[in-house]
Amino acid sequence: MATGHANVRSLLNAFERLGVDAGLTADPETVRRAGRVVLPGVGAFGAVAARLEQGGLMQALRERVAAGRPLLGICLGLQLLLEASEESPGARGLGAVSGTVTRLAVQAGAKVPHMGWNLVEPVGADPVLGAKPFHAYFVHSYAARPAASGDVAAWCDYAGDRFPAAIRRGAAVAVQFHPERSGPAGLALLERFAKGSP
Amino acid sequence: MSLIRRIIPCLDVQSGRVVKGVRFQDLQDKGDPAALAAAYEAQGADEIAVLDVAATPTGLQTQRTVVEAVGRALSIPLMVGGGVRTLADMGALLESGADKVAVNTAAVLRPSLLAEAEKAFGRQFVVLSVDALRRDGAWVVTTRGGRDATSRPALDWIREAVDLGAGEVLLNAIDADGTGGGYACDITASISEAVGVPVIASGGAGGPEDILKVLTAGKADAALAASIFHDGRWTVGAVKRYLSEQGVSVRC
Repeated sequence: MATGHANVRSLLNAFERLGVDAGLTADPETVRRAGRVVLPGVGAFGAVAARLEQGGLMQALRERVAAGRPLLGICLGLQLLLEASEESPGARGLGAVSGTVTRLAVQAGAKVPHMGWNLVEPVGADPVLGAKPFHAYFVHSYAARPAASGDVAAWCDYAGDRFPAAIRRGAAVAVQFHPERSGPAGLALLERFAKGSP
Repeated sequence: MSLIRRIIPCLDVQSGRVVKGVRFQDLQDKGDPAALAAAYEAQGADEIAVLDVAATPTGLQTQRTVVEAVGRALSIPLMVGGGVRTLADMGALLESGADKVAVNTAAVLRPSLLAEAEKAFGRQFVVLSVDALRRDGAWVVTTRGGRDATSRPALDWIREAVDLGAGEVLLNAIDADGTGGGYACDITASISEAVGVPVIASGGAGGPEDILKVLTAGKADAALAASIFHDGRWTVGAVKRYLSEQGVSVRC
């Protein structure tokens, strides 16, 4: 899905390397019907949410999640699954997962954005995330805070803030890191999402 | 846990080929950018930098072609810089596959470019590249690849740039570039402590000891190096094994 800002080229490159047929769309009908949908996203929560709302994409995504059809959210695409964000007061997300998004609460002297590689620790064996801890590339200043810890599929710890590295709600899975920029572990994750059973 | 320190091989590119000189002079051919980038990723690089050293106004198209080829070969982040002048240049490089773009001279000449870039692409995309030169004991900012020195103290400029919208700082101590004599740890540490964004140290790596020093005493979040990898003296993996043995947190 085209959300603007994001380096969608790297994501398309990754799917090309995996031999997965992927294209860019901003059409709600395509979002409803596609076998797999990826919601990437870099930029401000409010601006991207507004663009999705205007294009009828927010509704298409809500229906998709409610129908239990596969969706992969990346970075802001994870945060958009929640109800709202401290980054953009008043803006509404998908609300597929209860909770909000808040700024990273790091120890004094730690740098924000959280930019670089960090360890992702899956909670259990997830069909897309796998079961073993792996390193992934993060770039973000905000983190999701789901109301129910059962929605968290993997954790990450940065400078004293333990936040969800991944969230799962049915067939919708979302990651705070960038699998398309996380080396072989990230490519394997994308491959499992693209080629796994629905 | 603390953030893992990054090792970033740098590809200085001219006319579509990787080159390397000493203090930006006497450039020698070091190979094809996409092939080298892929090799460094396989060795364990955490990120790749592609810097257009010619940085001519007509060079953007050539640079886009290089960025597209390198981006296709990589599954790790790609930083691109050299000759980036406008918001349109930055947008074009994003479209070609850059994950972040380093701006230098254009930002010194017109600092508001950083604020505009932050608004258009997000802070994570905007890297402030600074070529600093030691003059009478103080580090000052230079422009045009070190050719023009200004009177602006480096720390002063970097603080302003981060306030405006830079999400990361690429600090190149040009006295040291390509010499293998070690990074400038003093300036790197004072900048890393003064700003709340990651600092990438660049210029002067002669071996893993230098990288260790700049990541510890120099307090850098990442180390960028070119010559030691191009010359085959060290692989990225060997450097990271050494760092790990010395207690530095790296991705293995």
